[in-house]
Amino acid sequence: MNFDLAAIRRQFPVLRPGLHYLDSAASSQIPAPVIAAMDNFQRGGRANIARGVHRLAERATEAYEGARSRVARALNVAADEIVFTAGCTAALNIAAQGLGSRWGEGDEIVISELDHHSNIVPWQILAVRSGVRLRWLPVTQEGRLDLDALPGLLSPRTRLIAVTHGSNVTAAISDVPRLAAAARSAGALLLLDGAQVAAHGLPDLAALGCDLYAFSAHKLHGPTGIGVLWARRAVLESMAPAFGGGGTIARVAKSGTIFADPPARFEAGTPPYVEAVGLGAAIDWRATIDRNAADAHLARLTQRLVDGLDAIDRQRRAIRVLGPTGPRLPLVSFAVRGAHTHDICQMVDASHGVALRGGHHCAQPLADALGVEGSTRISLALHSGDDDVDAALAAIDQALGRLLR
Amino acid sequence: MSDDLYPEAILRLAQSARGAGRLDPPGLSATTDSPICGDRATVEVRAEGGKVRALAHAVRGCVLCRAAAAALAEVAEGTATAEIAALPGRIAAMLKGESQAPSGRFAAFAVFAPVGPHRSRHGCVLLPLRAAAQALDKA
Repeated sequence: MNFDLAAIRRQFPVLRPGLHYLDSAASSQIPAPVIAAMDNFQRGGRANIARGVHRLAERATEAYEGARSRVARALNVAADEIVFTAGCTAALNIAAQGLGSRWGEGDEIVISELDHHSNIVPWQILAVRSGVRLRWLPVTQEGRLDLDALPGLLSPRTRLIAVTHGSNVTAAISDVPRLAAAARSAGALLLLDGAQVAAHGLPDLAALGCDLYAFSAHKLHGPTGIGVLWARRAVLESMAPAFGGGGTIARVAKSGTIFADPPARFEAGTPPYVEAVGLGAAIDWRATIDRNAADAHLARLTQRLVDGLDAIDRQRRAIRVLGPTGPRLPLVSFAVRGAHTHDICQMVDASHGVALRGGHHCAQPLADALGVEGSTRISLALHSGDDDVDAALAAIDQALGRLLR
Repeated sequence: MSDDLYPEAILRLAQSARGAGRLDPPGLSATTDSPICGDRATVEVRAEGGKVRALAHAVRGCVLCRAAAAALAEVAEGTATAEIAALPGRIAAMLKGESQAPSGRFAAFAVFAPVGPHRSRHGCVLLPLRAAAQALDKA
């Protein structure tokens, strides 16, 4: 395997000349083999899964369960620990409701200022409903989880630490061994929001050290509408279903319902079976690309972005690049004193066809902690190249020339 | 690609910051937030006899939001409160292409017509206008 940027780009139908798509942390683009896998399934294999006995339904069920096995192999875990959800946010909500059904007054959950709203709001909802107390892990000014503060937040009442595996704003990658050790010492579970890390390669969950993990397909060159919640078997078995309905039950009587074993217990209604096929295809497609070479390519481009923004700032004196130096996810967010992020994003799109994301990135507690109103984010993917970086830097410099006068 | 969302007229309007500040004594006040970007507009209004007598605003927002607040401050004094309260709906209709750009007293808002095709930015223009309408609603 090698890393052939031109060959990779040819597989993305959306990448036309003049478009510099640098918003992959919001939604990655989808390559032709993944589109084809879903299209073929729609044309020749579509049928509802799990219940039908006709041949088409049997094959669809095999495809759906085959996708589950494919995801499980990539994560190095058992297939019956993989719950297909509607996305990463849905996975986190299912975890919050499922775990939270056992907890109430006197129990505590640690969440963080670094996290996406999707790993904050479900726990806030739980806290209001159940009386669970939330403890906030602060973020350092460098944009990392402040793990020095973690021991002071833990107690025998701590049931869960729910934090990001990698920040969608600061690009900081969490120190999972340290988090896992802290969780173990407190007798608590560790949940990681893997939306941004999984986008750049699925982790070995058998080795990672967490108890629950969530991510979505659309950030890893797969389809929208599907995500994954993984949890250790014993954890899943302890969780109540967040949604009831077809697929979740072992037996329904007027007197009550006996729920199915995991993962079916958590997959209410007709699941996104076409999208599951797409997720499996996306994992297969990603496996054709040398991961080390891709990581090195993206790390180099990321550093070019940081250096380029620093160079612009030497003239403008208004840019603050967020996030740590050293190893980070391939994204760079920056705040500009005196220029609004949506004005920057609008101008770079209009002038250079550069697609960036601006705002609080669904991380308002983080923006508050860092003392910024919002930031502009440049996020890379496998198809990103030096031309994208050049266009982004030139466009940002030009936009700031208009906005900072 | 053209960059027609930021004509000089909008940039100048935003830079003018007309009406920025607080009323003394305080008037009726309301704050609106944009869930998309976290922008915030607070508008204070003093009304008497069915007309706006004074208006001030504090905007933390983009060029479009600040320009809309400045345009609002330009037209507010002496305008019927009912017309200011109806302004969000009127400008929203213009942005959606459902009505012509306003003329007469509200002609200053015609400058926002190029925002029409940019649906994600309609809220930027409307944020201070909605705050003004909500403030008047408290009367």
